[in-house]
Amino acid sequence: MSLLPPNFSEWFAARGWSVHPHQLEMLVRASDATLLLIAPTGGGKTLAGFLPTLVDLATHRRNTDGIHTLYISPLKALAADIKRNLRTPVEELGLPIRIEDRTGDTPANRKKRQRADPPHILLTTPESLALLTSYEDAPRMFSGLQRVVIDEIHALAESKRGDQLMLALSRLQAMCPNLRRVGLSATVEDPAAIANYLACHPDLCEILMADPGPDPDIAMLETDEPPPWSGGGAAYAIPSVLDEIRQHNTTLIFHNTRAQAEIFFHNLWLANTDSLPIGIHHGSLDRIQRERVEGAMQRGELRAIVCTGSLDLGIDWGDVDLVIQIGAPKNVKRLVQRIGRANHRYNAPSKALLVPANRFEVVECLAALQAVKEHDLDGDPRGPGPRDVLCQHILIRACAGPFDADELYAEIITSGAYAELERTHFDDCLEFCATGGYALRAYDQWQRLIQRPDCKWQLRDPRATQLIRMNIGTIQDSDKLKVRLKRSRGGKPLGEVEEGFAASLTPGDTFLIGGQIVRYEGLREMTVEVSRDRGRKPKVAVFSGTKFATSTQLSHRILRLFALDNWPNLPDHTRDWLHLQTQMSQLPQEGRLLIESFPHDGREHTVIYGFAGRNAQQSLGLIISKRMEELDLDPLGFVSTDYATMIWGLEPLTDAAPLFTPDAMRQGLDSWLTGNTMMKRTFRASATIAGLITRNTPQARKSGRQAAFSSDILYDTLAKYDPDHLLLQITREEAMRGLIDFGRIEEMITRIRGRIDLRRLPRVTPLAAPLFLEAGRTPVDGAAPERLLAEETERLMQAAGLVN
Amino acid sequence: MNGYCFTFSNITLTALGSGALFWPAQKLLCVSDLHLGKSERRARIGDAVLPPYETRDTLSRLEHDLRTTKATTVICLGDSFDDLAAATALPEPERLWIAQLQAGRKWIWIEGNHDPGPVDLGGTHLTRLQILPLIFQHIADPAEKGELSGHYHPKLTLSTRGRSVTRKVFLVDKDRVILPAYGTYTGGLRSNSAMLQSLMQADTLAILTGPVPRPVPMPR
Repeated sequence: MSLLPPNFSEWFAARGWSVHPHQLEMLVRASDATLLLIAPTGGGKTLAGFLPTLVDLATHRRNTDGIHTLYISPLKALAADIKRNLRTPVEELGLPIRIEDRTGDTPANRKKRQRADPPHILLTTPESLALLTSYEDAPRMFSGLQRVVIDEIHALAESKRGDQLMLALSRLQAMCPNLRRVGLSATVEDPAAIANYLACHPDLCEILMADPGPDPDIAMLETDEPPPWSGGGAAYAIPSVLDEIRQHNTTLIFHNTRAQAEIFFHNLWLANTDSLPIGIHHGSLDRIQRERVEGAMQRGELRAIVCTGSLDLGIDWGDVDLVIQIGAPKNVKRLVQRIGRANHRYNAPSKALLVPANRFEVVECLAALQAVKEHDLDGDPRGPGPRDVLCQHILIRACAGPFDADELYAEIITSGAYAELERTHFDDCLEFCATGGYALRAYDQWQRLIQRPDCKWQLRDPRATQLIRMNIGTIQDSDKLKVRLKRSRGGKPLGEVEEGFAASLTPGDTFLIGGQIVRYEGLREMTVEVSRDRGRKPKVAVFSGTKFATSTQLSHRILRLFALDNWPNLPDHTRDWLHLQTQMSQLPQEGRLLIESFPHDGREHTVIYGFAGRNAQQSLGLIISKRMEELDLDPLGFVSTDYATMIWGLEPLTDAAPLFTPDAMRQGLDSWLTGNTMMKRTFRASATIAGLITRNTPQARKSGRQAAFSSDILYDTLAKYDPDHLLLQITREEAMRGLIDFGRIEEMITRIRGRIDLRRLPRVTPLAAPLFLEAGRTPVDGAAPERLLAEETERLMQAAGLVN
Repeated sequence: MNGYCFTFSNITLTALGSGALFWPAQKLLCVSDLHLGKSERRARIGDAVLPPYETRDTLSRLEHDLRTTKATTVICLGDSFDDLAAATALPEPERLWIAQLQAGRKWIWIEGNHDPGPVDLGGTHLTRLQILPLIFQHIADPAEKGELSGHYHPKLTLSTRGRSVTRKVFLVDKDRVILPAYGTYTGGLRSNSAMLQSLMQADTLAILTGPVPRPVPMPR
């Protein structure tokens, strides 16, 4: 206990708090160069991370007055929340410590002052840190830096934001060689991978595991009415969910998508006859509205919040005693972290309920429940750091002044994600930043770096710094339009919708946002103007948010559940449904691929039960429909879920073998996917990150459609004239994961090894039926539309008496 | 050659799927509204910047049509450049490309509202051209007969079984043909717009461009 100064111990005691063992251990190991703490949600991680800083600042005099500790969180809101929480002990203990946050929301004058006179503890985000390192005076600003604390590192490590952060850290480490790194992570399946990510290579990173706490109290919600065949709304469960809200202090109701959260919230309000205070929170809502809900939540004024992944992380929600997950959880690790939001007290079990939205999800929820009980978390290794982020890092480095390529390379390979980066790959990125690549060499706008006589690299035009700084970041949320109430002087902001959705609206259409129905009035500049409407049937906003794919591990569990005899633990309605499926066709099995083929409503249908997750099934739809086109089956379109893809067309599938030869499929990735829109979207994201396309310019911001327009032309041009261009290489690398997720298609092909069961059936099967109600249909542009067009033009000519 | 043949003023013409019109007897290829240099002009006037590739795309499609039709005369029916400055600012590789296309061919630039003056590229510059019985000019004149023009960028949307398809179209009646815009990323005017409805006669045929050009009666 001696490490904790007496005034700290007294302060804890006065509040009735006891210090957790792992918090003390962090203090003991305060001088470790790199340390990763893994603790369950509610385990006091953040305090554990800050305690060494507070103690050091309270007990030691420093020669310099600059930043002592840098704290990085994935959320702006989290940084602001931590600032509030830290100020309490600092003020009550009378410590001479200044704490400030710095995010995209910080006013420019305060940012300027922070650079001249930095606080002791600076709370920031990866993007704001990257921006700070781009200034010439960064070394001076960070001269006294001792520690960096990275909160929620498990979430950052899953995305390019984490890669960017680690590259920025490698810069900081070069400026401050004695910098100590601390990572704070929730429970993950592979702590060593996160430690490797955080380490300053070739040094290693130690791991400190906190007591995981008691197992959660988790079950499936029992309802009088069985779940429907399909859909994601879970409207059937509203009465039972309201009952649960009444019986608990505060309930968090998690949804997988923003649109589902909006619909559920709307239905909940219609049924909320006791007028319980219930709020909604998701990433597409306006910041002010979100902050209002967060405030009400912290003051304990709300009985329930309908939310999405926006509440997955960090912020302390006070008295939550129940978590409800609506819809299948898709990913066991995220489910465990969500469950941890309930009972934010250490050593008390969290209580959670799963609500399947449809009958298939009953099976999925059961599989997830078993996985949680067995502590079987899921996750896929992320592979080497993406090179688009590296290109941006090189440009950011160039903003800070001339640099030596050897030194920069040496810095970069200290980051875990880039430790294996080959020098030639780095040189390719440098070359791209300098010239734009072979096909683009004639265009000035992409010639950004030049080599000086002393061999150092610098910006060709120093004014380019402004454009580079304006476009720092790796988040691709840019295809959104703000929604405002129409009024004479700028109405109240409500949130954001996808640009594509806005384009599909005609004045008078209604949609849901922030729990209210609004009517589309028109588009003004980059803003969707709406008015309030009391219409009954809203069209629903298509919020992109993130559509998670069911994890590989969970998919395998579902297949293993299918193999059980008479499916114990499943409710009767679901068991009957599965029995009906085995009578009419069969159930999908692990190690085999089931394909059903049947006519329905004048079209031929093919259903492929690949269990490869939504993104991979979508790519499978593209590849297989292209194959079917070559086999003259005239496909018209397809739709995908996490477990199956259904393709419809004009001719029946009678032989599946030619569709699935592994070589043909692998070959297909390059040739078939080259022209498709998802590949173009992947390219657009990477091209934006790597600085080929600039979204933000001093004049104006490009709309998503303008950016898509120009990036599609660029993509086609590069594909035609320079197929080995660095950005096309990156796009192909990205295709293995994310939107295309070809990695999981390969996994499926190896799993089935040619064992395909094609069932030709007279009609729709029970397992296929829900697919007919699935949204998000993708049309196939091939011979079939031409065939339909030929029919239609001929019909019109005949009708007009003009036969050819 | 993938085309739809029709008779106009007693002449057999072929509407190509690309949006070009071919007159086989004269070995004459007519294209309208190329809008070369569109991205350059947009950047210059402060519109959102597009990468300068649409010119190459348009030229490569034109090259393909010239190769398959073996045309010896080319008529560009106006708005060939997004404006005259865009014609001047055309990069060297594109200028050379145009020169290559012009080699061994008679090449006529008809002026349009976007490019109302001569350009310093090879070929002949005219405000209108008559090759009896046909007349070539940029904007249709309701008083003319046997007239080929462009300017309006006509397009048409058809709904087939559950799928709607939009294509650029040729509009043909007994007195005039309006060509679709040939340039990459040129927008379009729906053929049910009041302007086109009043310009074209009752029995107008719309020929859809695309893999196989197909005729339909122009919707009224």
